[in-house]
Amino acid sequence: MKIFVPRDAAAKALGADEVANAITAEAAARGLDITLVRNGTRGMVWLEPLVEVETSAGRTAFGPVTATDVKSLFEAEFHRHPLALGAVETIPFFARQTRLTFARCGLIDPLSLADYEAHGGIAGLRAALEMTSAEIVEEVTTSGLRGRGGAGFPTGIKWKTVHDTPAAQKYIVCNADEGDSGTFADRMIMEGDPFTLIEGMTIAGIGVGATKGYVYIRSEYPDAIEVMQRAIELARHAGLLGPSVLGSHHAFDMEVRVGAGAYVCGEETSLLNSLEGKRGVVRAKPPLPAIQGLFGRPTVINNVISLATVPVIFEKGAGHYRDFGLGRSRGTIPIQIAGNVKYGGLFETAFGMSLGALVDEVAGGTFTGRPVKAVQVGGPLGAYFPRDKFDTPFGYEEFDGEGGLIGHAGIVVFDDNADMLKMARFALEFCAVESCGKCTPCRLGAVRGMETVDRIASGEPGALELLTDLCETMRDGSLCALGGFTPYPVMSAVSHFPDDFNATRQEAAE
Amino acid sequence: MAENSAASALAQRVSEIIVEHEGLEGPLLPILHAIQAEFGHVPDAALPQIARALNISRADIHGVTSFYHDFREHAAGRHVVKICRAEACQASGGNAVAEAALSRLGVTWHETTPDGAVTVEPVYCLGLCACGPAAMVDGKLHGRLDADRIETLVGEARA
Repeated sequence: MKIFVPRDAAAKALGADEVANAITAEAAARGLDITLVRNGTRGMVWLEPLVEVETSAGRTAFGPVTATDVKSLFEAEFHRHPLALGAVETIPFFARQTRLTFARCGLIDPLSLADYEAHGGIAGLRAALEMTSAEIVEEVTTSGLRGRGGAGFPTGIKWKTVHDTPAAQKYIVCNADEGDSGTFADRMIMEGDPFTLIEGMTIAGIGVGATKGYVYIRSEYPDAIEVMQRAIELARHAGLLGPSVLGSHHAFDMEVRVGAGAYVCGEETSLLNSLEGKRGVVRAKPPLPAIQGLFGRPTVINNVISLATVPVIFEKGAGHYRDFGLGRSRGTIPIQIAGNVKYGGLFETAFGMSLGALVDEVAGGTFTGRPVKAVQVGGPLGAYFPRDKFDTPFGYEEFDGEGGLIGHAGIVVFDDNADMLKMARFALEFCAVESCGKCTPCRLGAVRGMETVDRIASGEPGALELLTDLCETMRDGSLCALGGFTPYPVMSAVSHFPDDFNATRQEAAE
Repeated sequence: MAENSAASALAQRVSEIIVEHEGLEGPLLPILHAIQAEFGHVPDAALPQIARALNISRADIHGVTSFYHDFREHAAGRHVVKICRAEACQASGGNAVAEAALSRLGVTWHETTPDGAVTVEPVYCLGLCACGPAAMVDGKLHGRLDADRIETLVGEARA
C-alpha cells in the first residue's frame, strides 16, 4: 500500500509532517508494510493535509486529515471514512481544471526521476534535442507562451534575442523570487515537480546557447530551496544536467541561489544585480537583459511558470498548447485563489474564465460567508476589482483594458469588512518598505502617498486630488513596476470604493 | 585573551566559509548567508576579511547587508517569529493575529523581548496565501492562525 502525504509548505503549515509521522507509527504498530511518499500538493489547500492511498483498486483521497484522524483511517482500512473524498480527479475543483504545467504536481514523488519520466517528463527535452536551436526558439514563439511573472512578454521573442546575440557565455536565470501576496504557483511547482523546471531551463539553455543556469529563490521558501537543490543533484547524477545533457553534445548545469528578503528582487534587473552580489537596485533599460544581463552577458530571465511550461510545449507540441486560451493570451494559466475564500488553492485553466466565475463558483465565495467586496488581482501591485467588473475574462489584454493586470495570476478575495482606504495605505506602505531607492517617484512618492492617505482619512479637503496627482507621477516616472504599479491598487480602491475615502461617511459608520 | 581567541576563531571560520564559496560567480550573498547561518548575524569584524577576499570595499558589503531585510547586524532573540502582513493574510484576519502576538509579547515589529527570548518580524508573504493567516516560528510554518493559536505559539517560544 502506497500512502501519499504532501511535503508542500502549505500542507506542512497545516500539519502534514505530523500526519506523516502518525501514519508511519500507526503502520509500524499494526505491522503493516506501507510505502510513504511525500508528494507535492494537488493544490486544493482547504483539503490539506490531503492524504492519498493507492491500492490495486486505485488512488483515493482523504482530507483534511489531522494526526488524530490517522488511527481511525487505518481502522477503516482507508475505506468508508468521514474524511473520504474519492479520487482526486472527481473533486469538482480539480475536475474543472486543465492541467498542463501542473499535470504531475501532487501526482508523483517530486524527487523520483523515474516517476517523472513515467508521467511524461524528459519527453520534451528529448524532442528538443532533435531540433536545431533556431527551431527550439521558434517552437516557443509558436506556442504563444508569454511571461507568467506578470509582464506577459512573449517568451519566444526574448529567447530569440538571446539566441541572436553572440557571446562566449550566456545565462538562463529563473526568477523564483515569488514575493507577490496571493501567489504560490512557483513555490508549488518547485516543491511538487522540480524536474519540470530543470527540464525547461535545460531546453532554454540548448535553445539560446547558454550552458549555465541559476534559480533565484526567495529565502522565505526554505522547502522549495531544499527540493530544488536535491532535484538538481539527482538530475546531475542521472546525466540530465552536466557536460553532456542526456549524452548529447550540449552542456548545461544550474544552481540555486537564495534571495535575502527584498521584494524588489523579483524585478528582473534588480534580481540580476542581487545574483552578482550587489544591492538589489533596479537597472535602467536598455540595455535589455537579453543583450547585457547577468555579468553583462546575454541572459534569458524568465519566471518559474514560464520555464516550467516549456517541457509540456515540447512534449505535446506548440500547437496543442496554443489551442487553449483567449485572444492573445494562449495556453493555460495557473490561477492562485487566496485570501478570504471557501475553496483556496491552485486552479490551472485555459485563459478566458471570468473573474466572477472564479470567485463565486470555483472559490465558492468567502470563507467567512460574508459578501465579497473586492478582489485584488495580480499581487500587491494589482488593482482591486469590485463586483461590477466580475465579467472580466482572465487574459492579459482583457485585464489591462479594465485598468488592472493579471500579474502572476494570484487573486485575493476580501469580504465586506475590508476597509479600502486602509488597503490603499498599505499598498503605499509596502512600496515604501520595499523600494530599492533608486528613483525618486517610488522612494519618496510611497512615503508622501501614505501621508496623503492619512490626510484623506482625516477629511482634509484637496488631499484626494493630491493623491491622484502623486499616483500619476509614480506611474509615469518610476523606473520599474514597484513604483510604477503601486498606483493600481491605490487608484482602483479610490475609484471603485469612493465611500471608503469619504471621511464623514466613515466616521458615521463607526 | 578570551576576546583575542574569540576573534581569531571568528576569523578562522570566516576564512573557511570564504574558501567554501571560491569559484562561485557572484559569491557575496552566499557568503553572507553562510556567515549569518553560523553566527546568527553578520559580525562587523567579518567585513574586512570578506572585502579583501572579494576585492571590494567594506562600504560595498555594508551597502549589501543593509539593503536586504534578511541580514542582521546583531543577533536576534533565541526564537524568531515572522508574521505575514501581506494582503492575502490581511483578508483572512492577519491583522488581528499580528496584534495578538505583539501585545502578548509587549513588543513592536523588529523588537526582541527584554529577556532575549523572542524577536518578532513582519514578513511579506510566505506563499501560504490560501491558508492564511500565516507565520513562521524558528523556520516552522503555521497556517490558518487565529489570535488564540498565535498567542500559544509565541507563549511556547517565550517559555
